[in-house]
Amino acid sequence: MGRSTTSKDAQALFHSFYSAYAATPTNLKIIDLYMLFAVLTAVIQVVYMAIVGSFPFNSFLSGVLSCVGTAVLAVCLRIQVNKENKEFKDLPPERAFADFALCNLVLHLVIMNFLG
Amino acid sequence: MVLENANFFNLFLSSTSGFDATAFSSFLTSRPILAVYSSFPRSEILWRVGVLRYESMIHEFDPYFNYRVTQFLTQKGFYEFWNWFDSESWYPLGRIVGGTLYPGLMVTAALIYWTLRFLRFAIHIREVCVLTAPFFASNTTLVAYFFGKELWDSGAGLVAAVLIAICPGYISRSVAGSYDNEGVAIFALLLTFFLFVKAVNTGSLAWALASAFGYFYMVSAWGGYVFIINLIPLYVMVLLIAGRYSMRLYVAYNCTYILGMLLAMQIRFVGFQHVQSGEHMAAMGVFFLMQVFYFLDWVKHLLNDPKLFHTFLRITVTCAVGFGAIALGVGTASGYISPWTGRFYSLLDPTYAKDHIPIIASVSEHQPTAWSSFMFDFHILLLLFPAGLYFCFKRLSDATIFIVMYGLTSMYFAGVMVRLILVATPAVCLISAIAVSATIKNLTQLLRAKSKASHSASGKGTTSTKASSKGSLDQSLPFQKNGAIALLLGAFYLLSRYAIHCTWVTSEAYSSPSIVLAARGAHGNRVIFDDYREAYFWLRQNTPPDAKVMSWWDYGYQITAMGNRTVIVDNNTWNNTHIATVGRAMSSYEDEAYDIMRSLDVDYVLVVFGGVTGYSSDDINKFLWMVRIGGGVFPVIKEPDYLVNGEYRVDKGAAPKMLNCLMYKLSYYRFGELTTEYGKPPGYDRARGVEIGNKDIKLEYLEEAFTTSNWIVRIYKVKPPKNRW
Repeated sequence: MGRSTTSKDAQALFHSFYSAYAATPTNLKIIDLYMLFAVLTAVIQVVYMAIVGSFPFNSFLSGVLSCVGTAVLAVCLRIQVNKENKEFKDLPPERAFADFALCNLVLHLVIMNFLG
Repeated sequence: MVLENANFFNLFLSSTSGFDATAFSSFLTSRPILAVYSSFPRSEILWRVGVLRYESMIHEFDPYFNYRVTQFLTQKGFYEFWNWFDSESWYPLGRIVGGTLYPGLMVTAALIYWTLRFLRFAIHIREVCVLTAPFFASNTTLVAYFFGKELWDSGAGLVAAVLIAICPGYISRSVAGSYDNEGVAIFALLLTFFLFVKAVNTGSLAWALASAFGYFYMVSAWGGYVFIINLIPLYVMVLLIAGRYSMRLYVAYNCTYILGMLLAMQIRFVGFQHVQSGEHMAAMGVFFLMQVFYFLDWVKHLLNDPKLFHTFLRITVTCAVGFGAIALGVGTASGYISPWTGRFYSLLDPTYAKDHIPIIASVSEHQPTAWSSFMFDFHILLLLFPAGLYFCFKRLSDATIFIVMYGLTSMYFAGVMVRLILVATPAVCLISAIAVSATIKNLTQLLRAKSKASHSASGKGTTSTKASSKGSLDQSLPFQKNGAIALLLGAFYLLSRYAIHCTWVTSEAYSSPSIVLAARGAHGNRVIFDDYREAYFWLRQNTPPDAKVMSWWDYGYQITAMGNRTVIVDNNTWNNTHIATVGRAMSSYEDEAYDIMRSLDVDYVLVVFGGVTGYSSDDINKFLWMVRIGGGVFPVIKEPDYLVNGEYRVDKGAAPKMLNCLMYKLSYYRFGELTTEYGKPPGYDRARGVEIGNKDIKLEYLEEAFTTSNWIVRIYKVKPPKNRW
């Protein structure tokens, strides 16, 4: 009996989540897709490391951190661009994107130095 | 003294004018910046007292290594410096300098040197090194102004800048000549904190990126960066728990953490510590916690239905917490995540170092702080600090929560270890500045409102409403204006006493270069003892270039930098066993010590002796630490052998092992013939205040090579083995 209520709960959960998410604007969905891609790439790298071993460690770290870093920066961009966030309503989206691009540039330059 | 009072008068004018929103505001707000600049020459003068009294030289011990490395960098270039293996120290092991130092300070000084050379100033690298610390102290003053402005208002910023410009706690490590990591590290610390608070206040990625670069500079400069990487996650945790989290916090922390961590790993000495060391795990834990937290927040906002959200919450939170706990447990148990190193663990458990790591316990800077040190270094700031905390709690914002946390944590650590007063100084100055600025502002508001009320009473009636709203005056209290004036005068007096104290402290306590000693002669004239440099230059000029010198680790850096000879151990103290070997040699009888010295290829032995001059930081006073460190690795050396009834003595009643060990013999060789003080027998040790026990010392395996003019440094040559048949 407990299991059926939790499964019904889970189903209701998924439904409402899906319908609510479908209402988000397209530009935010694109950012979410990019973030998902970055996280998946990180997971693939971790699985590969688990199979093959972590030498050289700096290359592994730089790979994983570049994925995690760009995902996190994408989330920051999403936060700043989202019209529903009152705190950022004065921030023009072009500025948010410029900041995002600059941070990504710095991130990847450091990664290239760290890659070995 | 006129200069100090003028400065504070200036300060008063600017802080009162800071909140004036009339047409004069544009002119008046430019005044604070001018006042900040005007505090520079004052503080620069204070910092240069040491240079004026002695000459432009590098002070203390550690700065000599930094100076030598900077010389190498400017002569050979960055690539050679980054890959440098130094075979002149830690003989026969050598030291991988490029991978075991914090390059920030040296690279900064080298950049300044190259810039000046590019502009065709023919300046010597030593001058650049000597003056790097005061230059960065001025920059710290600037950052303190902007930080104060961010926290409270421009008045508080101004007061903070003036307070930190002369605070003894900071001056101790930023005098001209103190070319040590802390000189630039405190600037980097304050800069990182300022940029981070700015990022949290604005929620801008650009400021967070700047904060990450500030953190990178801090990591490159000093090992104390661990404080930043633990304080910022702690601050985020506090905000999350207090419910003050916002989107700006997410943006600021994540960008700073990821980019800062990546940049920090570029320093070879730090390496992979950010993902492997227990000291850095708090930041990573908070990072993951933030992701979970904000994800849940987003889902809650999306679902708009509390019941469904609770189900989701239950599942996610249990999964996340469970996963996190398992990961941490596995990491720590398998040893992948290394535990807290002794250096930082002794901050949490102050008794740890005394029992387990004698080399950390032996450093005088690592002792717990006495109240007198607090008063000496902070003076009235100690009283203004709680007042400032009160004001911060009255006006709570993200920024004030941060400064309160910084202040409280740094004050705790300052109580554990004397040298960490330096880290607490910016926090104490900022919080005190808030107290001073808020109090003075309230008092002057009282003064102004009263005068405005009297003006409007005589003038038109329409302005009376404006006057009453300007300063809500309690009409029932009489003599309010007089009280306000009295309090203002009192505040002025307090601050001027502070300035006088700081000047006195700087000139008396913090201007001495430690390598040159000064004393007052019988007629009150100043006597200078330049024995250290005399001995090092003797070494440089009279010994073969490949000679190896054995001394206690305190003098290693100076011997390599000035004497240009290979040493056995130096101040880096990275190899405890090697130091223990030297300690064992110093504490053994001469024949056992000779075997150890032969095995290390030692040619000369250097000891520091203060018996003639009364200099109390000599090797005989440090001897028990040599015994403890040596005994920590070689159980054959036992501390009770050198003590009599638990007492450390060098006179007739001393332990026989003490009277015949190598250190005793080398310090007191031929001292028994010398009369040091009028009315005392020959062989009277002025530093210990006793007549020595063993006056008839014969050396079998060493011979005296050089003793400086005041007997402070004594150098002995190790004789080659006797001819065998």
